[in-house]
Amino acid sequence: MPFEEKIGSGASAPLALELRGVSKSFGLILANRNINLAIRPGTIHGIIGENGAGKSTLMNIVYGMHTRDEGEILVAGASVDMRSSADAISHGIGMVHQHFMLVPTFTVLENVMLGTEGGMLLREGRQAARARIVELSEQYNLVINPDALVRDLNVGQRQRVEIIKALKGGANILILDEPTGVLTPQEAEQLFEILKVLRDQGVSVLLITHKLAEIMDITDAVDIMRQGEIVGHRKTSETSPAELAELMVGRKVLLEVERTATSPSEVRFSATNLGYTNSLGVVELQDINFEVRAGEILGVAGVSGNGQTQLMEVLAGMRHLTAGSINILGTNVTSSTVTNPRIIRDLGLRHIPEDRHKHGLILHFEARENMILGLQDSDLAGSGFLMDQAAIETNCREKMQDYDVRPSEPSHFAKNFSGGNQQKIVIAREFSANPVVLLVGQPTRGVDVGAIEFIHKQLLELKDAGCAILLVSVELDEIMSLSDRIMVLCDGKNVGILPREEVDRQTLGLMMAGQKREEALA
Amino acid sequence: MSKSAPPLPRWADLFLLPLINLSAALFICGLVVLAIGENPIEALGVMLKGAFVYSGGLGYTLYYTTNFIFTGLAVATAFHAMLFNIGGEGQAYLGGLGAALVAFAAGSLPGIIALPLAIAGAAVAGACWGVIPGYLQAKRGSHIVITTIMFNFIAASIMVWLLAGPMLEPNQQSPQSAPLPGSSHLPKIHEILDLLGIQITSSPLNASFLLAIVALCVFWVLIWRTRLGYAIRAVGQNPEAAHYAGINVPRTIIIAMAIAGGFAGLLATNEILGISHRVILNYTAGYGFTGIAVALMGRNHPIGIFLAALLFGALYQGGAELDFEFQSITREMVLLIQGMIILFSGALAYMFNPPLARFIARFTAPKEVARG
Amino acid sequence: MADFLYQLLLTFDATLRIATPLILCAMAGIFAERSGVIDISLEGKLLSGAFVAAAVAALSGSVLLGLICAILASVTMSLIHGFACITHKGNQVISGVAINILASGLTVVIGIALFRRGGQTPTLPRDARFKPIEWFGVESFDTVPIIGAIYRQLVSGHNILVYIALLAVPLTAFIIFRTRFGLRLRAVGEVPEAVDSAGLSVTWLRYRALIVGGVFCGIAGAYLSVAQGGNFVREMSAGKGYIALAAVIFGNWKPFAAFLACLMFGFLEAATSRLQGVDLPLIGEVPTQLMLALPYVLTVLLLAGFIGKPSPPAAIGQPYHK
Repeated sequence: MPFEEKIGSGASAPLALELRGVSKSFGLILANRNINLAIRPGTIHGIIGENGAGKSTLMNIVYGMHTRDEGEILVAGASVDMRSSADAISHGIGMVHQHFMLVPTFTVLENVMLGTEGGMLLREGRQAARARIVELSEQYNLVINPDALVRDLNVGQRQRVEIIKALKGGANILILDEPTGVLTPQEAEQLFEILKVLRDQGVSVLLITHKLAEIMDITDAVDIMRQGEIVGHRKTSETSPAELAELMVGRKVLLEVERTATSPSEVRFSATNLGYTNSLGVVELQDINFEVRAGEILGVAGVSGNGQTQLMEVLAGMRHLTAGSINILGTNVTSSTVTNPRIIRDLGLRHIPEDRHKHGLILHFEARENMILGLQDSDLAGSGFLMDQAAIETNCREKMQDYDVRPSEPSHFAKNFSGGNQQKIVIAREFSANPVVLLVGQPTRGVDVGAIEFIHKQLLELKDAGCAILLVSVELDEIMSLSDRIMVLCDGKNVGILPREEVDRQTLGLMMAGQKREEALA
Repeated sequence: MSKSAPPLPRWADLFLLPLINLSAALFICGLVVLAIGENPIEALGVMLKGAFVYSGGLGYTLYYTTNFIFTGLAVATAFHAMLFNIGGEGQAYLGGLGAALVAFAAGSLPGIIALPLAIAGAAVAGACWGVIPGYLQAKRGSHIVITTIMFNFIAASIMVWLLAGPMLEPNQQSPQSAPLPGSSHLPKIHEILDLLGIQITSSPLNASFLLAIVALCVFWVLIWRTRLGYAIRAVGQNPEAAHYAGINVPRTIIIAMAIAGGFAGLLATNEILGISHRVILNYTAGYGFTGIAVALMGRNHPIGIFLAALLFGALYQGGAELDFEFQSITREMVLLIQGMIILFSGALAYMFNPPLARFIARFTAPKEVARG
Repeated sequence: MADFLYQLLLTFDATLRIATPLILCAMAGIFAERSGVIDISLEGKLLSGAFVAAAVAALSGSVLLGLICAILASVTMSLIHGFACITHKGNQVISGVAINILASGLTVVIGIALFRRGGQTPTLPRDARFKPIEWFGVESFDTVPIIGAIYRQLVSGHNILVYIALLAVPLTAFIIFRTRFGLRLRAVGEVPEAVDSAGLSVTWLRYRALIVGGVFCGIAGAYLSVAQGGNFVREMSAGKGYIALAAVIFGNWKPFAAFLACLMFGFLEAATSRLQGVDLPLIGEVPTQLMLALPYVLTVLLLAGFIGKPSPPAAIGQPYHK
């Protein structure tokens, strides 16, 4: 057990921060299970894991924003009771949150002062705060104008404000939660320089990320999280991106599915120079090109958060593409085309959304109502003015039987089914309409092994029936065992498309970290 | 941080919780009565007798119930789309204008035509007053709560102006319109029963009560049996999933508010077409606001709304009885009860939920959730 | 011309008197809403303040005691609001509606129980109310044209609560923009997470904002029933709380701008009552009832973004969940 080993190696200085057996659950969901962590002073310590692996929850526990259910937190060797962020601050812990905790309508100075105003009147503490900002800027090269309004700053500058806030009280442990998610590569580079300066001055930095390259670039040690647990600890110098990718993604016990030989025919579905820029002006997809043929599965691999969600939603008409075009069964969609999910669905596309709770289901609807979500205007709900309850019930019952949804109760609310059965409801709904084009997102996320096998078989059957399928998954094994060709996304860009036969896990791992196909294969 | 409570069983959620909330509201009001120096049990008895036992009491109770069904539906329809419609009062007020204008215009037509037209006029006018805040919310992002509040006042101003000016009955001092032509009068229930040879005490209860029952059924069909209702509920429960399902979210919001306003407008069928036969200043008398309490207590379900409307009908009628029986407590006691009910079953809806759920969970074996 | 000017002066004077409760409630609204809590319940707090002030003053004979109790009553209403929507994270709008209806009911029920006058309180004799304060040298200024009249009508001769309302505006601005409490208050209404992460209590901050608002509403209520008027009449708040809310929105949640909006709404009402039944050239008889709806119409137009764009506190209306 790596944890024991670390303790055993017995550094003379006490650990800056240590977690022993920390667990936290929200309702029935266990977000963190028995977390042990040891951070040495004056190091940059990475915690890597996929979205939803429990990293942010863990850091919020350390920072006192969530209270742990079990376990112990030690700062500089002493056990502390972390009940609120005030406790964390008083123990010298500062945090830069994933979503900035800044008031956009305030100046930098006001944001920094918040909580440590230095007197009843702002006037009293203003000079001291300004001096502290200048001091920190010089010490760590954090250039910022104290009188600028935060809403006028770019993300890189805002992050600097967050760092100054975290350090203003003299923090010697700094937590950064996904700090580069919103930064340009240049800004990220600047951030890393700052972090190195911090480390050299004795601050312990905890870097939370899902990006392999960052871990390799800057950390001294790394813990890997998966599904709420720490699954490995490595010295950065002794590991590789491929190993980390494998640990993060995990190797699920997959029963081998018989992947049938492909005989893809005509192109059903394609994208040309597809791009998407969100409402904040951040480019989330860039120059995506691919085509999917009838009877083929194109797998989309990548560490989550690299544009997969945006790709799926743009293709399904839920977001408007901002560049390039999509072609679905001969109909062209560009940024000037009026689209919505309904128009796209009417073209014959079906869509299993990545997040069944957010998009795929209405949890407070009964199963039978969910079984017609998106198809509410079709004959499935009856052809008359009123929805045909008998037909809806029959439809639901049949599909529940076909797809083995348990309990087979159309009147149960969606929220009362287990994750696997919820997913089966979505799948039953989208698969059974004999789709010709199918978008599938994370089809087996939070689904038990038996259901996984079932879902995979169904996918392959559809493929054999001539459906063109785009499959997004963060489970590498899933991508590898189902896809005919694999596209790798990194940072919203297509790193390359390879035939299944030409890739192995290691190549994919490197490509997911952003290396081009040629480099990865070399 | 408290541990999350187990989910509340459906029966407890639908029946027990509203009862507890009602009891809490009545309990606090009982304390107020005690403080005033009267006996709360006695007061409750007087109210119940007044509402159900005295001759004609039931008729009055059902007459009030009619109003509360309409305004309760106005709030509930919007609630299903997760919109808070505080504008029932104004929508009902304008409904009166619509009913009256159509009734005057159709005065020469026979009742069988004029009456349905006047009813439609009430609904359409109310719908128009609901649809504007709906549009402003859906397309321009205005907060529907604030807009509907403002629309209540705007409606009031318009009606004062009309009733004191253009619509004022000639040679009248108090602001009210001329009487409506007889073709648009709704028959009273005791008149109808009289034709059938059944004699009951006369009361203001009129055919609009039957319309209210129909409205409850229409509401049920609309919300749970039509595609539109499906869309409204989907938008209310999970707008993102509704968007995924190809439902036009802004349009659904606008339509839901139109229907809500239409229900509120129908209040005029009771008060104007059924009883006063003219538009009177402030004829809505706060019924629109009571609709909020009715919808909250009735859990936005037609049966619940009917029961809650009946409760408030009984409170209003029984409250009037308080005036006769007591020196120091009056019908305004009902406002207090109403406020308490909104507080407990609305704003404090989560207060009794977790402890109750834990209490019930202790006595019921945990149900297995089947795993697939 | 002189007559017109004098009429105008009287209108301004009336404007100030009408605007006083609006200004106080608007400042209360600014505190609550700046902290992220929608305050529909200004109306109910105003009404309960008015009742308690009149009732206590009538029973005790002390108008000052009436004022103090009015403040306590209004603050109690604020605490109920806070209990429902801060502590129990209930819907702020529903809570506000409940409080307004509670206030309507309680004031009349208790009023009848205490005084048996159909919900009214006994009328206080003139010298038992807040009296107009004659400023220094009004007599001697009278000889100065225009300024003398302005001094007598507009500056002097109001009761203490009017001056308190006028002082409340710079005070509110000072607290909100210049003090530690104000900084935290603004932050909690914009990004409560930032306040939480700075180690401050979101709950306590919001409670304090509501309490301050309760104090202002209590003063406004006392103004209605024991300063401007001499007794409590049922529903005497008559929508003023909602107009104040409109003024808050109109003033973009800024004290001085909201103050101007209150004056504008007050002027509309004052002018309307003076124009009642007057035939103006070109326009004809002024539809005064319609003019009274102007504050509401303007607010709707503003909210819909047709005249400028309001920028409410970002976190308004959302209970804070950790």
